[in-house]
Amino acid sequence: MMSFSELFASQFMTELVIRALIVGFLVTLCSSLLGVSLVLKRFSMIGDGLSHVGFGAVALAAALNLSGIKLIFSIPIVIVTAFFLLRTGNGGKMKGDSAIAIVSTGAVALGSLLFNMSGQRSTDICNSLFGSASLFTIGNTDLILSIVLSVAIIILFVFFYTKIFAVTFDEGFSKATGIRTNVYNTLLAVLTAVTIVLGMNMMGSLMISALIVFPAMTAMRVCKTFRSVLITSASVSITCFVIGFFAACLLGWQTGACVVTVNLIAFICFSFIGKIRSKSIAKNK
Amino acid sequence: MSLITCKNLELAYDNKTVLRDLSFEVNRGDYLCVVGENGSGKSTLIKALANLIKPVSGEIRFCCDFHKKEIGYLPQQTDIQRDFPASVWEVVISGTLGKRGLRPFFSSKDKKLARKNMEMLGISDLKKQSYQDLSGGQQQRVLLARAMCATTSLILLDEPVAGLDPVVTAEMYRIIKELNEKGITIIMISHDLSAAVKHASHILHLKHGSFFFGKTEDYLFSDFSSEFMGGGKE
Repeated sequence: MMSFSELFASQFMTELVIRALIVGFLVTLCSSLLGVSLVLKRFSMIGDGLSHVGFGAVALAAALNLSGIKLIFSIPIVIVTAFFLLRTGNGGKMKGDSAIAIVSTGAVALGSLLFNMSGQRSTDICNSLFGSASLFTIGNTDLILSIVLSVAIIILFVFFYTKIFAVTFDEGFSKATGIRTNVYNTLLAVLTAVTIVLGMNMMGSLMISALIVFPAMTAMRVCKTFRSVLITSASVSITCFVIGFFAACLLGWQTGACVVTVNLIAFICFSFIGKIRSKSIAKNK
Repeated sequence: MSLITCKNLELAYDNKTVLRDLSFEVNRGDYLCVVGENGSGKSTLIKALANLIKPVSGEIRFCCDFHKKEIGYLPQQTDIQRDFPASVWEVVISGTLGKRGLRPFFSSKDKKLARKNMEMLGISDLKKQSYQDLSGGQQQRVLLARAMCATTSLILLDEPVAGLDPVVTAEMYRIIKELNEKGITIIMISHDLSAAVKHASHILHLKHGSFFFGKTEDYLFSDFSSEFMGGGKE
């Protein structure tokens, strides 16, 4: 184990690390914003389903010898799944939660078999599930895609924040007053799919959906307005990422597992604060 | 000319027809109560009027100068809303969004309208409170203020007093009546027939396969009312 000063003295802060930090920072920002809407709409599990499908897609890319373009390869597959899952959620024959269970476990099963067939070691599979500490996996494509994605999401949330609120709070009312709710739902699905594929590399497919659910849930323990939930969710998520990321690098543990553990600690702390707060409010009344 | 004309309407819920051959007209300033048993298609009808579902056949025609976006709609509360982190202000002002088009921020006109409606419904002092901390009656007032931000002429209410206690229910009916007296057309679903008869100018009674539509006075002497009132009393 290295100390911090040794760490910075060594070639640790190389371009690769900085690159990983930027991508991770942007992905956590995006997922924490999208997460607020998804959690409130009771779509938390969709993120989980999509990341498992992403794992399957990456395995398929490896089996087809297309590992070099696995991102470009996975994104359309995951987007199509997102549409399918959102549609079954809205009154299809198969109920939403069972559809997600079937799709996600099926994709992981097929993905592991494909990994076996293409001769990957089991540590590779473990890394792609829990996040790989080897930073060499982040290429230029990841960097460019995550910058484009986060700019798109930030623009969306700054300019259409009120409409996202309205569509999340009450889809029926919004539709009746002429907001095109389908456009916003589709946009959310596509952006979520892209965020998940981008974050999967570093965080691992089992862990990435936590980045969608945890920050929003943590913020909602304490904050009571939509705007404050969004802001808190983003700040908590970024803080947790930075702490978890450096811990993972220093200790050589899996990045995803570290970041999610820090998120879990934050969630527990905020729950505690929320409890104390509501008790003192009740007392004052 | 009437505000809304429904002609030979057929509506379906989950691909199953719930209403068939329904025709009625609503004029400006009317107060129409829609009554009937569970599953008779009341909510489906309101959703069709709010343009949320398309009729299987028949037509819903709005008067020439009326825009579909000008409907104020008060849906039944969902699970999602009960624990939603939102301030009262955020909810009320979201009613102005339909008219706003692609403009990203609220104008001072929007804010003024929201403030005016909050005042009218007596919830100005709740502005910064969280929606999830309010009582059921307060929540309904907030949603009604939001609906008033979306419309100047027509409000559709889907069981606005469900789950409210008798005092708050009476208060809610009084507010709705006041809105009606200001010239706003009301179409409301209700389970409470005695209140419907007391307040409404017209009654639409849906019954599997048939319906009654007419003035409240005529309704009281029809077979529909005697059967429903007689059978409905517990």
